Amino acid sequence: MAPLAGSTHRTQRAWSVLDQVCDPEVPVLSLRDLGIVRDVVDQGDAIEVVLTPTYSGCPATEVIERSVIDAIEAAGLGPARVRLQRAPAWTTDWISADGRRKLREYGIAPPGLVDKRAGVPIRLVDRRVEPVACPRCGSAHTERLSAFGSTACKALWRCLACREPFEHFKPI
Amino acid sequence: MQASIQLPDDPKLRYLLRIGDTCLILGQRLGEWCGHAPIIEEDIALTNMALDLIGQARGVLTLAGDQCPQDYDEDQLAFLRDERDYLNPTLAELPRGDFAFTVLRNLMLSTWMKLLWDRLRDSSDTELAAIAAKALKEARYHQQHAADWLQRLGDGTEESRRRVEAALAQLWPYAAELFEPDAVDAAAVSARLGPPAESLREPWLAEMAAVFGEVRLALPADGRFRSTGRQGVHSEHMGYILAEMQHLQRSYPGGVW
Repeated sequence: MAPLAGSTHRTQRAWSVLDQVCDPEVPVLSLRDLGIVRDVVDQGDAIEVVLTPTYSGCPATEVIERSVIDAIEAAGLGPARVRLQRAPAWTTDWISADGRRKLREYGIAPPGLVDKRAGVPIRLVDRRVEPVACPRCGSAHTERLSAFGSTACKALWRCLACREPFEHFKPI
Repeated sequence: MQASIQLPDDPKLRYLLRIGDTCLILGQRLGEWCGHAPIIEEDIALTNMALDLIGQARGVLTLAGDQCPQDYDEDQLAFLRDERDYLNPTLAELPRGDFAFTVLRNLMLSTWMKLLWDRLRDSSDTELAAIAAKALKEARYHQQHAADWLQRLGDGTEESRRRVEAALAQLWPYAAELFEPDAVDAAAVSARLGPPAESLREPWLAEMAAVFGEVRLALPADGRFRSTGRQGVHSEHMGYILAEMQHLQRSYPGGVW
């Protein structure tokens, strides 16, 4: 999300500060790359940053709140506070193009667009998982080992061409 | 020793606790697999799902706390209630059993939760609707995971098949409770808080039948047994899981990480 037309100098500076605040579990992504910053509001007494949590149980959420406040205050724009806004629910479709490139370079296959059929009943027979390109060698000859990985947002994959395991940021 | 909190008699609070406690108790049961799952990928998967469930529980319990004049927080509600004030269906609290039992219970409950979250997106309570929109996406992954495993176990070896059939015989009688109407449910329906419990029965059975059909398992017939966890009357297993969950907060009131 980009700064709105009515934004003040203070909020514009806060937006640029948020470009430098990284996700603690995927440190190549800034919070803006991740698409979790909904708004930055100058409330007079404080800068309010509105964030959308990624997963219900993501333990990084509290670390992110803390680092947002610290970063804005360190830039001399404070005091700052964070408001969590659940609706609309975060989707990986909000990860920026730049964020997707950074993920791939970091060795994590970026998410494809969220499958609109995800709402249909479970797939049993037609259970093709969309192929994910290996972030190291680019081959699409890969297989999923598990839908769940080292963090809530990632799945475990393996490249059958270069034999390297890799993580996939799963579409949600 | 920290004393138990007292809850007001409020149907909306009870409705929310039924949802939040299902997530909390199932999350605790799945967390018990940490370090014990048959392979490391499953250790990670089960604990990931536990984390999603605890996160969902936090949201719903925080909202439930807002309904109380004492303005309880999520931790007070999670750790300082007496057994009768937990309102999860009994199915969620049964001991984790073997891997087949865990997979089948996950399939039954994640399918039910998915259908429930889907309807709760239209709740008159906007916070509940927002929690539901997020949780729905997570529940889909949980259901797909359980369905994949049920198919593998059901079509696997004689031993895996035997275990799936044994789990089905044990778990199925607890499903009926999920769809039982009562006063709390009726109040939620009239406040447009959530769907009638029984309206989820047909879609749930249809999805269960689709998975079972792949491995030639028949839907068992309904018996007369009705578990009563959603009324606060639990199985003999509930006290033990609560003792484990509550011990630290009871002994060291207000302790945090």
